[in-house]
Amino acid sequence: MGMTLTEKVMARNSGRESVSPGEIVEAAVNVAMLHDVGTPGVQEPLKALGVSTIPSALEVVIIQDHFVPAPTVKAAENIKLTQEYGERMGIENYYGVGRGGICHQVMPEKGHVRPGEIIIGTDSHTTTYGAFGALGTGVGVTDMAIVLGLGKLWLRVPGTVRVEITGVLGPAVSAKDVALMLLKEFGEDGLLYDSVELVGPAIDSLSMDSRMCLCDMAVEMGAKFAVVPPDEKTRRYLQGRTRKPFSEFHSDPDARFERSFQFDVSNLKPLVAIPHSPSNVEELDRIGSVSIDQAFLVSCTNGRLEDLRIAAGILKGKKVHPRVRLIVAPASRDVYLQALDEGLIRTFVEAEGTVTPPTCGACVGGHLGLLASGEVCISSSNRNFRGRMGSKDAAVYLASPATVAASALAGKIVPACRAKRRGAGRDPREVLS
Amino acid sequence: MILKGRVWRYGDNVDTDVLYPSKYLVTFDLSEVGKHALEGLDPEFSREVKAGDIIVAGRNFGCGSAREQAATAIKAAGVSVMLAESFSRTFYRNAINVGLPVLVVPGIGKLCAKGDLLEVRLEEGRIRNLGSGSELQVAPLPDFVLQILAKGGAIPYYRERMAPHGRVQDKTTGVR
Ligand code: SF4
Repeated sequence: MGMTLTEKVMARNSGRESVSPGEIVEAAVNVAMLHDVGTPGVQEPLKALGVSTIPSALEVVIIQDHFVPAPTVKAAENIKLTQEYGERMGIENYYGVGRGGICHQVMPEKGHVRPGEIIIGTDSHTTTYGAFGALGTGVGVTDMAIVLGLGKLWLRVPGTVRVEITGVLGPAVSAKDVALMLLKEFGEDGLLYDSVELVGPAIDSLSMDSRMCLCDMAVEMGAKFAVVPPDEKTRRYLQGRTRKPFSEFHSDPDARFERSFQFDVSNLKPLVAIPHSPSNVEELDRIGSVSIDQAFLVSCTNGRLEDLRIAAGILKGKKVHPRVRLIVAPASRDVYLQALDEGLIRTFVEAEGTVTPPTCGACVGGHLGLLASGEVCISSSNRNFRGRMGSKDAAVYLASPATVAASALAGKIVPACRAKRRGAGRDPREVLS
Repeated sequence: MILKGRVWRYGDNVDTDVLYPSKYLVTFDLSEVGKHALEGLDPEFSREVKAGDIIVAGRNFGCGSAREQAATAIKAAGVSVMLAESFSRTFYRNAINVGLPVLVVPGIGKLCAKGDLLEVRLEEGRIRNLGSGSELQVAPLPDFVLQILAKGGAIPYYRERMAPHGRVQDKTTGVR
């Protein structure tokens, strides 16, 4: 019997002919990603494990993104620990403050994500890398110590769920709305332990930025991996970013999918996740009038070039509602530079938005825009759990960059029906070379 | 392993932000981490929890971030085993890795109420309410996982499997 993309990669990395769902394998890990929360945390378990060298075949990438630039002394100590560890271990792929940005943008952008590889990160949204046909998943610090020490990890082979998306996205909706649609469908645990394979004409038509957004949000449905089979777009994105050879895998025609679904997105309307769960999804025009205090255009979900272009297209020549704070964080240094070149940053500042450095910042409730009690925020990020972005008495709504920008102007949550999607769907490769 | 303890009951989709709030992410000291267990969910828990207590929850326990402290904190607070309709995958593996037994038990919500005394036979997958006498039988944990738990977590497990020169003795990993 055939295997799915996921099963093939897991079999290859565990030195097996084949694997089937439910089995536990110890699989070789190709890339380990650590950030400024994971790196300090991993020191204790590493010491306990008693291994002081990194296996030569393992590519280790360290990115400072969560609590940077340091908002507290404690965070500063962690950044220091992270830096010391990077230096001590001679980590070449090290992205400190001002050099990288949010890990899930920096990783693909700098060529650390390749199809057919297993990538383990100290961050739940490591699923993002599935946009490139890689198996990416988040782990805690003990797992990471094992990866760093032994170059492998115990993993349960997940069943693969096939999700086919057909139809053509309308002008006011984007990959984020598709992600919210899936969340509405599957809920917070509908894909628990599964690898979700995203296929179909609508997926094919999505840019790499959009595919990353979808794979990023898959973890909110419980998924272990989210994969998009690699295609010409994937290869074009990778060109010039990595010199390492890689193998592309695709599911066999007779592969066994645990479940299969099909969705047509032709009539998809802008969606919004209402407090306090990402799966609490409603059609935007059914939530009534919701005034906002803050609009947030950030994160590994929607802080990419495509997102900034969409938002800038809506904000151009206008001013953010006087009562609203618009906070924009380009996802990485490269995205920031390109946004500068394209005049997007100027647009945000002219619209009276605040542009922060590329950092997780308030997405994780760290700094640069926390919410006060009773405040309402529309955010392009991925989580609206109670208390995540500041006060536990604040309310966070999740939506697409277009909705966030349009709402910033209106002072309440509104769709961006007539929004011009400037440059949407363009491949960032076209302008980022 | 036979575990006995009093029940704490929680619902569906308990996320890591309430299990272990982000503001303590920068803390890794065990005794300190334990003090913040379930802080955003149930302030009574950290005041009243006793060694051996059992947490019983609904679906998707521990959803959200990959922070290991969510599991470490519960273990450090003295909880002996967690039973739930299902767990988020990161919480599930973090728990096993830090030596906190976690068992998926469909229907567990109906078996017990807060404060009930439960007995859990881990290797057999059998759960008994010592008050009412009612029982549930589920698939036990995979052998590999039981071995990790028997050693008290993944670190001691792998430490023991390593040769003096720091290599794992078997050849389970394959092509790179
Ligand atoms: S941007 Fe937000 S969701 Fe993404 S890695 Fe940073 S904290 Fe996590």
